[in-house]
Amino acid sequence: MASKGTKKTVITLFIVTVLMFGFGYAMVPLYDVFCKITGLNGKTIRVVEGDVKQEYSTDRLVKIRFDSNINGDLPWKLKSNVKTMKVQPGKFYEATYIVENLYNGDVIGQAIPSVSPQIASLYFKKAECFCFINQLLKPGEVKEMIVRFEVDKDLPEEVNALTLSYTFFRAKKVAVN
Amino acid sequence: MGTIAKDTHHDHEHKPTGLKRWFFSTNHKDIGTLYLIFALTMFFVGGAMAMVIRAELFQPGLQFVDPQFYNSMVTIHALVMIFGAVMPAGVGLANWMIPLMIGAPDMALPRMNNMSFWILPFAFALLLSTIFMQGGGPAGGWTMYPPLVLQTGDAFPFLIFAVHLLGISSIMGAINIIATVFNMRAPEMSLMQMPLFVWTWVITSFLLIASIPVLAGAVTMLLTDKYFATSFFSAAGGGDPVLFQHIFWFFGHPEVYILALPAFGIVSSIIPTFSRKPLFGYASMVYATASIAILSFFVWAHHMFTVGLPIKGELFFMYATMLIAVPTGVKVFNWMATMWKGSMTFETPMLFAVGFVILFTIGGFSGLMLGITPVDFQYHDTYFVVAHFHYVLLTGAVFALMAAVYYWLPKWTGHMYDERLGKIHFWLSTITANILFFPQHFLGLAGMPRRIPDYNIQFADFNMMSSIGGFAYGVTQLLFVYIVIKCALGGKKAKAVSWEGAKGLEWTVPSPAPFHTFETPPKIKKGMLENG
Repeated sequence: MASKGTKKTVITLFIVTVLMFGFGYAMVPLYDVFCKITGLNGKTIRVVEGDVKQEYSTDRLVKIRFDSNINGDLPWKLKSNVKTMKVQPGKFYEATYIVENLYNGDVIGQAIPSVSPQIASLYFKKAECFCFINQLLKPGEVKEMIVRFEVDKDLPEEVNALTLSYTFFRAKKVAVN
Repeated sequence: MGTIAKDTHHDHEHKPTGLKRWFFSTNHKDIGTLYLIFALTMFFVGGAMAMVIRAELFQPGLQFVDPQFYNSMVTIHALVMIFGAVMPAGVGLANWMIPLMIGAPDMALPRMNNMSFWILPFAFALLLSTIFMQGGGPAGGWTMYPPLVLQTGDAFPFLIFAVHLLGISSIMGAINIIATVFNMRAPEMSLMQMPLFVWTWVITSFLLIASIPVLAGAVTMLLTDKYFATSFFSAAGGGDPVLFQHIFWFFGHPEVYILALPAFGIVSSIIPTFSRKPLFGYASMVYATASIAILSFFVWAHHMFTVGLPIKGELFFMYATMLIAVPTGVKVFNWMATMWKGSMTFETPMLFAVGFVILFTIGGFSGLMLGITPVDFQYHDTYFVVAHFHYVLLTGAVFALMAAVYYWLPKWTGHMYDERLGKIHFWLSTITANILFFPQHFLGLAGMPRRIPDYNIQFADFNMMSSIGGFAYGVTQLLFVYIVIKCALGGKKAKAVSWEGAKGLEWTVPSPAPFHTFETPPKIKKGMLENG
């Protein structure tokens, strides 16, 4: 026979338990927000080219390195056509990657971008990218893919080089990025 | 002492017998005993796995087991020791002692108490059965980091559901403890008169309630990531594996205090008794415990300095970690001040308690070293970490639990244990545990990684030393079992106040404690309690 006080304590504590379970899940969107603010996971920003006012005044040049990876269980080959590029902040550029399906069947892949140093990811804007959608490759198909990007002119002074890295994963389902 | 006479005379000791007594028990003492026996059993199960690990590491090269099995031993050893040995042992002591210490007839929710214990054997049946499955047990480390853990075979759902069950069990236990302490204290006992063991358990229970549900959420996300195509931690679907580490350690750091705080409470009961002096700075002990608990929610990322945090984040988590050393230091100095100029004697519980203070502090210092961000980049995932957490958990938490068993064994069994054997057990344990873990500091600093069955020959000597210490420590614990059984079966009759200088309500009932105690709340007289 639990007393009234006991019942109250138990109900309160049970509610706290449920709330904390919810808090675990709430950490997922919180983390996304945190990453957007800090650039923590290196995700890039998507823009529409026409909306961006293009002004590049300075003679500042930033070096971009292009990196490409394939996740373990995807039978593909990925290569960037240029290894590095010097860009003027505030101007749009285009880079191309070549991807090849080594498997004798259709495979869907999804590229996930990452920019480092992390702080630079907040200033890396893409108008067009093969990573915006899933890519379907037929057996043995070779495809050239483009990424159209701009480095914001407000990129902090101390960053004079950054790396744009893509990893292709086997897509389980249609993902939006 | 009026209550004792009352209890034994008007006696409704209709104690159930046989299987029924244990399976359907709602008696806090019986459930406490079950918890303690279960914990001791799991201590040997986990210990056997540690022996496999140390045998494999005795020499460089692969000798006895294959790497997959080795890794599953490492993983399951950790889960068994944390959730099967240390936590249930703490809950067992809480069950036995809290009602006795606060003058309550039983726990507030006796049936839930029964359930929270009986979930445990099922949870461990799930977990341990995976060893015999095709593909073996979980081998990705007890921290269950994705994407590695998602490669676990058939064992995976068993691991997740075992963790769920363990979580449910501990949350029920925690709710029960808080409900008991807040609602069933003897009317004359104020919160600031409670023994420190009760205080530490109240605070531990709040930690459990706030952190275990978060772990349950994290492992549920793993489960849906693997079987239901969610992408919480999968980069391909827009998730982030590092997120798991944040959620896990948000639980994980409070968890280490869940393991340590009850030990602080035990030691705070034992040191005053054998120093024959009241605990120094009672109130500061309570506040220090509470501060440690609150701070423990703001330091989790010191387990993940190497994942690529922003520099400001690393600084924040480093400073917050350093801050925990302050209340912990308050505690250590209070224990020392309690012993200062006391009439100390060194019976086995006191030996273990003093051993705890010294060795736990070593573990605390290596923890401070690990908390310094720039050096953590070198220490991360090396044997230095292994040495650190075994100092705080084995020579820390486990030593305190051993101390507690020796201290309250006379109250439980009505007999004094064999003091000579107890002392031998203490000295052998202390010497062997140090041979076992001290060299691991050097191995870690020299760069030996954890969770790998083979190593470079430069690490051979210290590993052999460590293994010898490990085997000796393992064998020594059999002596402990012998001492406990011997004491349960017979020995010198224990007095109600089994130790000269022992204070608290638990010593006002006869030894062994009758099946039912404090059916009417005790009157508290001056000098009866440690505090007030």
